[in-house]
Amino acid sequence: MSGAPILSLITFGPLVGALLIMLFARGEEKAKNARWVALWASGFVFLISLVAWAQFDPRAVGFQLTEKYDWFPEYNIAFQLGVDGLSFYFVLLSTFLTPICIIASWTSVNKRVSEYMAAFLALETFMIGMFCALDLIAFYVFFEGVLIPMFLIIGVWGGARRIYASFKFFLYTLLGSVLMLVAIVAMIGMIGGSGIEDAQKFSFSTSVQIWLWLAFFASFSVKMPMWPVHTWLPDAHVEAPTAGSVILAGVLLKMGGYGFLRFSLPMFPEASEFFTPLVYSLSIIAIVYTSLVALAQEDMKKLIAYSSVAHMGYVTLGIFTNTPQGVEGAVFQMLSHGIVSAALFLCVGVVYDRMHTREISRYGGLVHRMPRYALVMMVFTMASVGLPGTSGFVGEFLVLAGAFKDNTWVAALAATGLILGAAYMLMLYRRVIFGRLEHEDLKLINDLNWREVLVFAPMIILVLWMGIYPATFLDGIQIAASETLRSSAAAASSIGDVGALFAWLR
Amino acid sequence: MLAMPLLPEILLSIVGMCLLLIGAFSGNRVAKPMCYIVAFSLVGSLLVGFLSPSGAAFGGLFIADKLASFAKTLIVIGAVATVIMAAGRSVSADGVGPMRFEQPVLMLFATIGMMLMVSANDLISLYIGLELQSLSLYVLAAIRRDSLRATEAGLKYFVLGALSSGMLLYGAGLIYGYTGSTGFDAIQSGVAEMGQPSLGLVVGIVFLLAGLAFKVSAAPFHMWVPDVYEGADTPITAFFAAAPKAAALALFARVMADPLAGADQAWGQIVAVIAGLSVVIGALGALAQKNIKRLLAYSSIGHVGFALIGLAAASEAGVRGLLIYSALYLFMTLAAFACVMAMRRGGRAVETIDDLAGASRTHPWMAFGLAAVMFSMAGIPPLAGFFGKLYVLGAAVDSGLYVLAVVGVLASVVSCFYYIRIIKLMYFDEATDILDGPMPRDLGVVLAIASFVILFFIVLPGPIVSQATLAAQQLLQN
Repeated sequence: MSGAPILSLITFGPLVGALLIMLFARGEEKAKNARWVALWASGFVFLISLVAWAQFDPRAVGFQLTEKYDWFPEYNIAFQLGVDGLSFYFVLLSTFLTPICIIASWTSVNKRVSEYMAAFLALETFMIGMFCALDLIAFYVFFEGVLIPMFLIIGVWGGARRIYASFKFFLYTLLGSVLMLVAIVAMIGMIGGSGIEDAQKFSFSTSVQIWLWLAFFASFSVKMPMWPVHTWLPDAHVEAPTAGSVILAGVLLKMGGYGFLRFSLPMFPEASEFFTPLVYSLSIIAIVYTSLVALAQEDMKKLIAYSSVAHMGYVTLGIFTNTPQGVEGAVFQMLSHGIVSAALFLCVGVVYDRMHTREISRYGGLVHRMPRYALVMMVFTMASVGLPGTSGFVGEFLVLAGAFKDNTWVAALAATGLILGAAYMLMLYRRVIFGRLEHEDLKLINDLNWREVLVFAPMIILVLWMGIYPATFLDGIQIAASETLRSSAAAASSIGDVGALFAWLR
Repeated sequence: MLAMPLLPEILLSIVGMCLLLIGAFSGNRVAKPMCYIVAFSLVGSLLVGFLSPSGAAFGGLFIADKLASFAKTLIVIGAVATVIMAAGRSVSADGVGPMRFEQPVLMLFATIGMMLMVSANDLISLYIGLELQSLSLYVLAAIRRDSLRATEAGLKYFVLGALSSGMLLYGAGLIYGYTGSTGFDAIQSGVAEMGQPSLGLVVGIVFLLAGLAFKVSAAPFHMWVPDVYEGADTPITAFFAAAPKAAALALFARVMADPLAGADQAWGQIVAVIAGLSVVIGALGALAQKNIKRLLAYSSIGHVGFALIGLAAASEAGVRGLLIYSALYLFMTLAAFACVMAMRRGGRAVETIDDLAGASRTHPWMAFGLAAVMFSMAGIPPLAGFFGKLYVLGAAVDSGLYVLAVVGVLASVVSCFYYIRIIKLMYFDEATDILDGPMPRDLGVVLAIASFVILFFIVLPGPIVSQATLAAQQLLQN
């Protein structure tokens, strides 16, 4: 514990930037100043998060860099921050993606720039806070707070159907979350405090666990999103501005998976065991069905959005295999997807900025005019497919290995998703990049400029790094995953006949 | 001095009567300065109240305790803010004449009534305080007597209000009959001796509840609210929405949790039903509203329902939740009505929510403040409204009212739709007609202070929470 409250700095740094923009950005140079302040603030936060990475010990058990402040002492609620191997890499992911988003919006966002940048920085605060929170109420505050900036980002800077998409996004996710709020309140009543560590140590009775698990599931499954409550995602993705899609796919979708790992599994192990067949079924449907839906899409963003649902199916599958490989794979898959799908949305944004359409059939033969773009998109397409050597492979492989240990049929069905995934991603790539350059307006399209190269270069490096030497990240994840599983295994051994009831599936 | 704990109310009454005399001789031209005198003396009375001793007065008819001082603080904040906002609107350009001098005086008397009723320690004094408030409010609702809508609102309010007062009085009579006293302390021991509350007492409680539910505008006694909110002059509506709500909720809590504490089995379930109905009707009723004042009326029904969820828990935590909720709601209401009053086009007030379209362009700070209020009313963290809901839900869940808690949060999701619709109008839509230029300074100050509380409650919840905790503790102890 060094002196500086480093997690608070990371969490609230962006908010300071947002305040600066709101209070002081005015006059003729307003837009330009807002962009630079946002970039400096998010870049600074990224640097601090790298410092935190240096301080973070991946081999240590339990939470690190913890901070605690009094908040609502009457209810024994304190404002606690801390990270472990499950959450820390998501913090890095958030601090990494936000500056990239700001650079990506540099010229594509032209109206109300200062509000846009302020909303983005506020969003970053909520995302990071959500991963760092070690208190149920603080977690909920950040978890829900994300809705406000995201609602505005979709609604103000979105596409034609932005109002429908933003309302759907807001109400859908809120409906799931309020049930979790009731569950959290009930848990605080039972535990007598709201620390997440206390809640993980507390053993709830099985019947209570079932209800609490369902309430948390209502929230996380919508955020994830799992089939059949995924329908807000394609709408939100299609209508959101590029950077909004990037953050949505890159970080917000991980909130559900993180929630399952932080809450459902360690706090309600017996209920998790009980509901595993349900989650398996939904995950398989998500993987197979949404992959098929993705195959039929004509809109590039929609296709990637459906592919996200399918990839998140692997995550839920991995989490509930209750094996070390599965859980590690799920976390790794989330990190990898956070970069890969974010990059794919940025790829779509690149051509959208030039052509103002996302229809696949309006493109074709881009490789002739945009060789650099073709290369970049190929790397991320391959990563999305799960080619060995890219980050996508490691996560999917671990998840399938874990699933295979637990249930062969589930693993076999899930593996078909890999084939379908290759089908739709390669189809997308072929139709957009290869073929003859037929459309007249495409013949003048320009290749990536230096700013876009600057955006993609670090992402390519990361995708390859994670694919070739995953141990950098897996070491920390491994410790945390085994901790999560240990607490759930101890309880699950006592599960007895409840689990036997549903054992037919295994 | 015998009546020291009631010194603020006595001083205010003297001020009120002097103002009445001055007004009678000077006419309407002193209305605006009188508003400032009222605001000033209200703030003064609050300070006097902090300095004067607590305890019972007039042979136990009134009591100045923590609950009373908490509620009085809220009442004064609400009254001062609305009186000041009314002063800024004293010269009306809407074709109706200038403000009448009776308006500030009546607002003062209504406020005295509220202060008395939250201090009441006896059914008789409760009724006196309540009626002083209600009669002033009836007249206030119709004070624009040349306006058809205002007259209709005033008449409706008066007829229904009189009916509810009658029910309340009848209930009070029954309670007196079955416990043998009108004093709260004696009623409490009478109910406790009874063990199982007798049928007559239960009937009395039901009538009392009906009367109180009318005063707090909870469903199913809410029908007057939208019409009165819409019909009355906007500064008056703001006053209705702010101060009497806080007073009536505090009174509700006191009557249920102090004299009738022993009969919580009887009233707990009724309050739970009233609360559940209110949140649902508040959420559904507002969906179709086009007039922002009607929308805020339904929203207030929903919020009162939420506050009553806390009371339904029938615990110390529940009363605390109710008090915190009503405090936060007060600030949200003040901010919302400051914005409504700023909605003018070509010098005339406009009231449909569509008039807000594109306001984020023309009035960025007002739009920001109103957006914060709307998110807060919807209960989205990190804004204050969320914590109000949190305290209330916590109490309800602790008391095992899971169904009520779930109904409450689901209704809050429904109500979210119309709150975020306002944000959508301000931020997503383009302006068709532009609202009149910058927000008047008095409204801006009220909005700024209230938004500040809403935005920063999360950082510093201490003052409100600790005072509410003390008030609830003291109320439940005796």
